[in-house]
Amino acid sequence: MALVFTADQDQFRDSIQRFLSDQMPTSRVRQLMATDHGLDNQLWRQTSTELALTGIHIPEHLGGAGFGPVELGIALEEMGRALFCGPYLSSAVLSAYALLICADADQQERWLGDVASGERRCSLAVTESAGLWQNDDIQTKATGGGTASSLLNGRKRFVIDGQSADLILVAARADDGIALYMIDGDTNGLTVTALQTMDPTRKMADIELNDAVATKLTHAPDHLLDTLLNVACIALANEMIGGCQRLLDSAVNYTQLRYQFGRSIASFQAIKHRLADLLLDVELSRSAAYQAAQTLADCSDLRTLDEDQRRHLTEHASLAKAAVCETYLQTALETIQLHGGIGFTWENDTHLWFKRAKSSEVLFGTPAEHRERMMTAIESGNRSQENAA
Amino acid sequence: MNQTTTLHAEVTQWLDEHWDPNMDLLNWRSLVADSGWGAPSWPSDYYGKDMSPMEASIVEQAFADYGAVGAAQSGVRMLAALTLLAHGSHDQKQKYLRGILTGEDQWCQLFSEPGSGSDLAGATTRADLRGDEWIINGQKVWNTSAHHAQYGLLLARTDWDAPKHQGLTYFVINMEQPGVEVRQLAQMNGHASFNEVFMTDAVVSRDDLVGEPGGGWKCAMTTLANERRSFDRARDIGARKGRQGKIFRDLEEEFAIANEPYTWYPQRAGRVDLILQRAVATGAIDDPAQRQDIARLHIMAESAKWTGERAKAAAKAGKPQGPEGSLGKLAASNVARLAARVHTAISGNDALLTGANSPMDGVIAEILVSTPAISIAGGTDEIQKNIIAERVMGLPKEPRVDDGPFRDVRRNTSGPTTKA
Repeated sequence: MALVFTADQDQFRDSIQRFLSDQMPTSRVRQLMATDHGLDNQLWRQTSTELALTGIHIPEHLGGAGFGPVELGIALEEMGRALFCGPYLSSAVLSAYALLICADADQQERWLGDVASGERRCSLAVTESAGLWQNDDIQTKATGGGTASSLLNGRKRFVIDGQSADLILVAARADDGIALYMIDGDTNGLTVTALQTMDPTRKMADIELNDAVATKLTHAPDHLLDTLLNVACIALANEMIGGCQRLLDSAVNYTQLRYQFGRSIASFQAIKHRLADLLLDVELSRSAAYQAAQTLADCSDLRTLDEDQRRHLTEHASLAKAAVCETYLQTALETIQLHGGIGFTWENDTHLWFKRAKSSEVLFGTPAEHRERMMTAIESGNRSQENAA
Repeated sequence: MNQTTTLHAEVTQWLDEHWDPNMDLLNWRSLVADSGWGAPSWPSDYYGKDMSPMEASIVEQAFADYGAVGAAQSGVRMLAALTLLAHGSHDQKQKYLRGILTGEDQWCQLFSEPGSGSDLAGATTRADLRGDEWIINGQKVWNTSAHHAQYGLLLARTDWDAPKHQGLTYFVINMEQPGVEVRQLAQMNGHASFNEVFMTDAVVSRDDLVGEPGGGWKCAMTTLANERRSFDRARDIGARKGRQGKIFRDLEEEFAIANEPYTWYPQRAGRVDLILQRAVATGAIDDPAQRQDIARLHIMAESAKWTGERAKAAAKAGKPQGPEGSLGKLAASNVARLAARVHTAISGNDALLTGANSPMDGVIAEILVSTPAISIAGGTDEIQKNIIAERVMGLPKEPRVDDGPFRDVRRNTSGPTTKA
């Protein structure tokens, strides 16, 4: 288990940190979050080509850098710290993993290279009425002939960066089960409606599909949505932990600068103890996020997970999601409180992370749903141990 | 690697020549102590072989692989040894270290007092020099194993005009003398793991002052810094139970006495390992609300475990210690508290039972009455949080109101020595 980063990984983190503190100060976040797409094309190009962040986890023969979930986790953590605005989670992470798992060689050549290079931006549309990604929730229908073209009908909700996507991957149901379908962002029959949300740093859209022409991705392994949800949760957990640390740093800094009653308020035990509690929560959650990334890294092929691997992946992914999103929100709330009145102003940056924490809390399922999902995975593990014994 | 193999072979050869499981334990350990293999990282002048901790662990491994018993490790003895090695005189090392390794002498720690717990440096047990002897008066508390200790590590005040940290001196006190009275202290969970120690004109020879007069705080810090490690070692010995030969019978007897105070320690930590089986046994596993609580506990316990592993891995990789290394104790308190709540919810009324037909032979009830200790023993949660805030996060210290001569510092009005 990689519980400690190598010197190369530390260096990689430093370079992203330098880049983002240069290019994504909160002044820039505030500009971008006020736009429709929350995206700076020039910065996206730099991110994807100069830093090659969009392809770090993609194998080299498919146009990526050939690293894995641990390095991806580092990138996501730094993006969460900076509140990077752009379709990194939606395109480079979720869609790229979906293509790695479901696309055949031709399809990968057709799309994955562009997604890995950031050339085209792709969104993944799964959610309909429920937070968790479950087969029962997929009512969107795929009909029509062969693999070349299908027709999609249905409605998808909370599609991350749906409004700026060149491509959209849609989970839909056909007679032979659930699979992913690729549609062009400008295809007929696709209506994208940007959602007004309280977290302007993460853009989301609803999409409607009326006989939208789509290409079915060839592979639809068992438990596909489970695997995708696990990847999504692990990615989000690592992104969130960067935000947690940023909030904690700002609380630690501010309480030392703020003088009341003739002393820095950080010298009061009432404040110190709360900060110590926060640090504990953040470090425990960090361990959960890192462990989950490592568990994903230990899965050599996401298409053919055995039962044991899938159970571990589900347990650790849901554990990390439930743990980190609650810590993130708690850290944000405490950071506002520790700033006092200034923390509730628009001018103070804390609310930017508070809102990201809130949206991350409910994205991909609530903490309670993930605790239940984790419990189910643990129980199935115990049952199979009993059966073996 | 080659060096490892050679050292391992050297130890194995020595064991081939000397090891006999039918010897009695004390004779065997005397042999081990005098050979230097009992404490290879100690100086060769004092029962060691000047080896690095790395080499010492190879020696320890060789003993374990052979199935042979090593030097005595349990209880407070290693804290005594490491403190004496760091601060003691030549004569003190000569006099005490061998008995520590052979297991002849038991040790205890005499630091905490009724009036100074978290504020350890506020100790008011006094030591007054009379001729060639220090006369000790005062009361200590929370002294594990003091009721079968021959020697105590004593922190006492020798200078009341110095600031409080500078007026303390560190002594070795003979526990078997008329001026020392040890009383077991009954705990709320029915066990009596600790003692109160009353010293009334007890006598310490001048030669048993460790370090410098007024330098007691530094020595006490050395003892405390090594405290955690000694408990880890005490557990290792249990792994050799069940072997044949007199030596192992002696060892088990020693182990039973040494560990008698600790039988409730697993319960103190909350017994997270029992949660799932209890939830299945009671049907709580089918209750959605209970499942949420069980899940929260599992998440906290796993995350705490991984955090500890991260700290160890970082240390092993030679990285500077990050915050993860200072959080274990506080995390353990949180886990234990939550575990007690979840155990209660799972067992309901039955959690109260302690007699016949109680769940798990009373273990569940023992968890509930033992977990309150974990956030107090070895440094309260509040002190842990101060340490984390000040040393890890770099927050400013609380303004002090206890500087200046200790004589003038406000302190507890209870206890035998309120004012010098």
